[in-house]
Amino acid sequence: MPPSPTSSASPAGPVPAGAPSAGAGAPAGGGKPRRRREGLLPYVLLVPAVLVLAAALGYPLVRQAVMSFQEYGLAQQFGQPPQWVGLDNYVELVTDSYLWTVIVRSVVFCLANAAITMVLGVALAVLMTLTGTGPRLTLQIGLLLAWAMPHLASLTVWQWLFEAQYGVINWVLVRAGFEQFAGHSWLIDQLSFFVVATVIVVWMSVPFVAFAVYAGLTQVPGELHEAAAIDGASAWQRFRAITMPLVRPVLLIVGLLQIIWDLKVFTQIFVLQDAGGVTAETNLIGTYIYRLGLGEGEFGMAAAASWFMLLLTVTLSLYYVRVLVREEEL
Amino acid sequence: MSTLTPSTTATGDRPRGPRSAPPRPKLRRSSPRRRRRWFGALAVAIAVVWAFPVYWMLNSSFLPFNRIRSPEPTFFPVGGTVAAYERVFESNFLSALRVSATVTLITVAAALLFAFLAALALSRFRFRGRRSFLLAVLIIQMIPAEGLFISQFKLLEGWQLLNSVVGLSLLYVAAVVPFTIWMLRGFVNGVPRELEEAALVDGCSRVQAFFRITLPLLAPGLVASGVYAFLQAWNEFTLALVVMTRPDNMTLPLWLKTFTEANRASDWAGIMAGSVVIAIPVMIFFLFVQHRMTSGLVSGAVKG
Repeated sequence: MPPSPTSSASPAGPVPAGAPSAGAGAPAGGGKPRRRREGLLPYVLLVPAVLVLAAALGYPLVRQAVMSFQEYGLAQQFGQPPQWVGLDNYVELVTDSYLWTVIVRSVVFCLANAAITMVLGVALAVLMTLTGTGPRLTLQIGLLLAWAMPHLASLTVWQWLFEAQYGVINWVLVRAGFEQFAGHSWLIDQLSFFVVATVIVVWMSVPFVAFAVYAGLTQVPGELHEAAAIDGASAWQRFRAITMPLVRPVLLIVGLLQIIWDLKVFTQIFVLQDAGGVTAETNLIGTYIYRLGLGEGEFGMAAAASWFMLLLTVTLSLYYVRVLVREEEL
Repeated sequence: MSTLTPSTTATGDRPRGPRSAPPRPKLRRSSPRRRRRWFGALAVAIAVVWAFPVYWMLNSSFLPFNRIRSPEPTFFPVGGTVAAYERVFESNFLSALRVSATVTLITVAAALLFAFLAALALSRFRFRGRRSFLLAVLIIQMIPAEGLFISQFKLLEGWQLLNSVVGLSLLYVAAVVPFTIWMLRGFVNGVPRELEEAALVDGCSRVQAFFRITLPLLAPGLVASGVYAFLQAWNEFTLALVVMTRPDNMTLPLWLKTFTEANRASDWAGIMAGSVVIAIPVMIFFLFVQHRMTSGLVSGAVKG
C-alpha cells in the first residue's frame, strides 16, 4: 500500500493506516467488518501474489500492446531494433480476409460446442436425479474417468479411436453398414476434422457441466417439491417453477464458462492439426496466433492478433464476472 | 461451502420429526417403476460410452503388434503383454517425468503459499481496494494463455528463461494463483470468525488462534486448491509448448505428443502405454479429491 502521505483532515481522502476506514470499506462486504490496527498487514499479504501476476501477466500485457505497434519479425529476432509502425499491423490484419475467416470459424465452433456440451451436460444431470443409486454412481464414474484424463492423453486416445485403418470407430461404422468409412481419414477433410474436434471437446467438457448442474439440482430442497406436489403441481410444473429458478444461476455461470473455454480452445486443434489436419483450413484464433508468431516469426502481427482474442474472451469474462458478483457477495 | 459444514452435528435438541431424514419425497410411488429402470439402463449405457476411450487406452496398451494391427479389433487384452510399457521407458520418458515433476512441485508450493496469504487478506480484513482486487482476480483468472503467450515467450526470452523450469513455473504460478485465491477465499470465509475470536477470548494469541483453529479447518481447502494447481501444472500443454522448445526439456504432455508423432505409423500399443502412464496417476489423484474439486468449482455459483 502506498503510505498515504497527506491525509490529516480531508474527509474523503485516503485514510491513513490504522484509522477506521469505514466509508471506504463498509459497503464492500455483507459481514461484520473488523477494523483493528491492521493497517498495512493485508497489503503485505497480497504482495507475493501481486508480484507474480505483475511479472508473468501484467508485464507481458504491456509488452504485447507495445509490440503490436511495432514491426517485429524475424529480423528483430536476430537483433535488429524493432521499428514503430503505428497501426500497420492492425490494418493489415483487419483487411486480411483470413483473420475474419478464422474469427468466424472460432465463434461458430465455440457456440456449437458450448451448446452441445450444455444440452448433454444438463440432460445427464437430470438423468442422474431420475435413476437409482447404482446407475447414478455408474454414470458418475464413467463421466469422472473422462474428466480426470489429462488432455493430451485423451487427445492421443481419440486419435487412435479415429485412426483410419485400425481405428475402432471406423470399424464400428463399417459394421453398422456405412461402407464408405472403411479406411476413412477423419482429419483431412475440414468438416470431418471439426466433427472429431467437437466430439473430443464435448467428451471432455460434459462431465464438469453434468456434475455442476447435478450439484445445483440436489441443493433444491426436497420440501419445496413435496409441498408443491401436495398442492397438485405436476412434475413438469414443479421442474419449471421450483427447480429452474433455483438452478438458473448455475446454468448461467457454467454456460458462460463453456463459451469462454471453447472460444480459446487451442490444444485439441493444435494436436489434431499436427496429426493430419490441413492447417490453413482448420485454424482457430489460438492456433492462428501460434502459427503466425512462433511459426512464422511475425511477432508484431501475432501480438496484434492476440488482442482480438483477448478482447473477445475478456468481454465475455466481464459479463461472467458480473453474473458471479451478483450471485456472491464479495 | 457445503464441504465444511458437517451435516449431522449436534444442534442441541435431537431431531424428532420424521421428516428431517428422508431426502427424497416418497410421494411419487405412483409413477411407474419401469420408467425408472429404463432411465437406469440409459445411464449405464451412457457411462459405458463415456468411459470407453479410457478402457480402450488400457486395452490397447497391452496388445502385441499383430493384434493391434489387425482388421478385427481386440476388445479384451487376454494374453496381453507389457512390452509396450518397456518401450515407453526406453524412450526419454524419464527425463520428461523429471521436468514435469519439478515444475509441478514449484507451482503447487508457490501458488498455495501466495494464494493462501492473499486469501487471508481478502477474507479476514477490510481494506481499501479489497473489492477491486477481488474483481481484478476474477477477471485476470479469465485471461486466456492463448491470448498472451506471444509476449510471454518474448518475456522469458528476454530474461534468459526459455527452456528453463523456473520460467515455465513462473507462468504456471501466475496462471493458477487467481483461481486458487478465489477458491481458498471461499474456504477461509467458511471458517467462522467467531471460532477465532473465541480462541482469542480464551487467551490464545492471534498467531496461536490461527495455527490451532483456523489452519486445521482449512486443510480441506488447501488440499483441494493444491490438487487443482497440481492438475493444471501437470496437464498443461500450451505454455509448455511455447516455452520448452528443446527436446531435452519436454514436460510429459509434450513428450507424449512427440512420442505419438514418432510412432504413429508403427506402434499404437506403445503410444497407448505412454498415455496410460501419464494418465493413471493423475486420474487416481483426481478421483480421490473429486468431490472437493466439484464443490470448490461450483462454490462460486452455488451458495451452500
